[in-house]
Amino acid sequence: MQDVVLAMLAKEPAYGYELRSRMRGALGPLGEAMNAGQIYVTLTRLAKAGLVTSERAEGLPDRPDRRVYTLTPAGQQRVAAWLAEVSWPKPDLSEFHLKLVAAAAARLADPVALVDAQRREVLRRLRDAQRAALERSVDPVVGLLLEGVVLRLRADLEWLEACERMWTDRDRAGRKAKA
Amino acid sequence: MSGSALLRARGVTRWYGRESALVRAVDEVDLDVPAGQTLAIIGPSGCGKSTLLHLLGGLQRPTDGEIWLADHRIDAMSERALARLRRDHVGFVFQSFHLMDELTAVENVELAALLAGQPPRRARRRALLLLDRVGLADRAGHLPSALSGGQRQRVAIARALSNEPQVVLADEPTGNLDSAATLEVLRLFEELRLAGQTLVVVTHDARIAAVADRVISMRDGSFVDDSRLAGTAAGAGTVRGGWR
Repeated sequence: MQDVVLAMLAKEPAYGYELRSRMRGALGPLGEAMNAGQIYVTLTRLAKAGLVTSERAEGLPDRPDRRVYTLTPAGQQRVAAWLAEVSWPKPDLSEFHLKLVAAAAARLADPVALVDAQRREVLRRLRDAQRAALERSVDPVVGLLLEGVVLRLRADLEWLEACERMWTDRDRAGRKAKA
Repeated sequence: MSGSALLRARGVTRWYGRESALVRAVDEVDLDVPAGQTLAIIGPSGCGKSTLLHLLGGLQRPTDGEIWLADHRIDAMSERALARLRRDHVGFVFQSFHLMDELTAVENVELAALLAGQPPRRARRRALLLLDRVGLADRAGHLPSALSGGQRQRVAIARALSNEPQVVLADEPTGNLDSAATLEVLRLFEELRLAGQTLVVVTHDARIAAVADRVISMRDGSFVDDSRLAGTAAGAGTVRGGWR
C-alpha cells in the first residue's frame, strides 16, 4: 500500500481524496472495498518516514484530508526502486493443500467435499469478476485487471480439478484395499 | 409427462464400447431444465458433457433412460419425427461454428428457415433482423472466410435462433475464441438470458458462469455439483436491452 500511494503521488502533489479517487478509478469494481482511512493512515506513516511532506491548504481546517501531499527526494527514490522490483505475490496453495492432507490423514473431513466447497467459492468469485468485465461501460484499463483476476481464478479451478481427481482416486483405492 | 420442465432427463445413460473397454460417457443422469433457464454444465474434457448435450438435443440416442423435450419423449422417437422436432424446437451452436463456407452470413442464418418451408422474403427479413441483433448487420453479405472467429460464432448463434427455438444447446461455444471474442459471445448469451431464452451450454470454460442461472459440474459421466448463481453478483450489473 505504501509503495502504491507513493507512486500515485509521483505525477504531481495531491490531496488524499484525489489519490483515493485515482486508485479507485484504476481498480474499478475491485477498488470499492478500499476505504479512505487506509490512505490517510498510510500518508501519515509515509510523512513520519520522511517520504512525503504535506502542506495545509489555505483557509481550510487542518485535517489530513485537507492537506496537499508531495513526494520528497527519498520518496522519489523509493518509487524508482519499487518500479524496478520484480516481486510477484503468489496465491497460498500450500495452506489448502495441507488442509486436504490433514483432513484425510485424521479423517476430519472428506477431502473431495472440501475441494467441492472451495470450487464453488472460486467459481463464485470468477463469476463476479467476469460479470464486471462484461459491463460495456467498463474502462479498458480496468478490464485488463479483471481479465488478470479471471485468468488466475481459472488456473485455481484447474488445480482444484486435479486435486479432486487425486483425492477421488485415493478414496477409491482405499476402499478397494479394505474390501 | 414432462411436468413444468422444458427439458427433462431420467436415468440417462450412454455407453461406448463393450465389456472391458466399456466407457460410461453419461451415467444415469437426471436433469430438469425449466423454460427460461440458462444452464451451464462445466467439466474437463472427456467428462461426458458433450455426449449429454447431444442426447438432450436428439443428436444421439441414450443406451438407457428417458428424455423429454418440450413435452415429447425423444429417446425412442422415429428418426424422421426427431429431425422435425430438432428443426422446430432446438437451436445448436458448436465450437467450430459449422457455417457453410460458400454461403454469406445472411444466407447461413436464413437457411434453416427456408428448409422449414418459410417464404424466402420472410426468412431473409428475419435473418437480417437476427444479424442486426448480434451486431453484424454490416457483415450480412460477407462469406464466413471474411469474418473473425468471434463474428462467425455470432452468425452461428443468429442461425441457431432463426426458427425461434424453445431451447438453444451450445457445445464449447467459446472453445475456438480469443479473450475479446469470448467476451462478445458471453455478452450475447447474457442478452439471451435476460430475454428468457432457454439455453444449455456445455463447456470447460468456467467464464460461462458469469451468464448462467445455474452451473452444474460434471465428472466421469455424472453431476458432482449443482449451484444456482445468478442474481447475486456483487458490484456487477447486467447488460440491458431487449431481444425479441
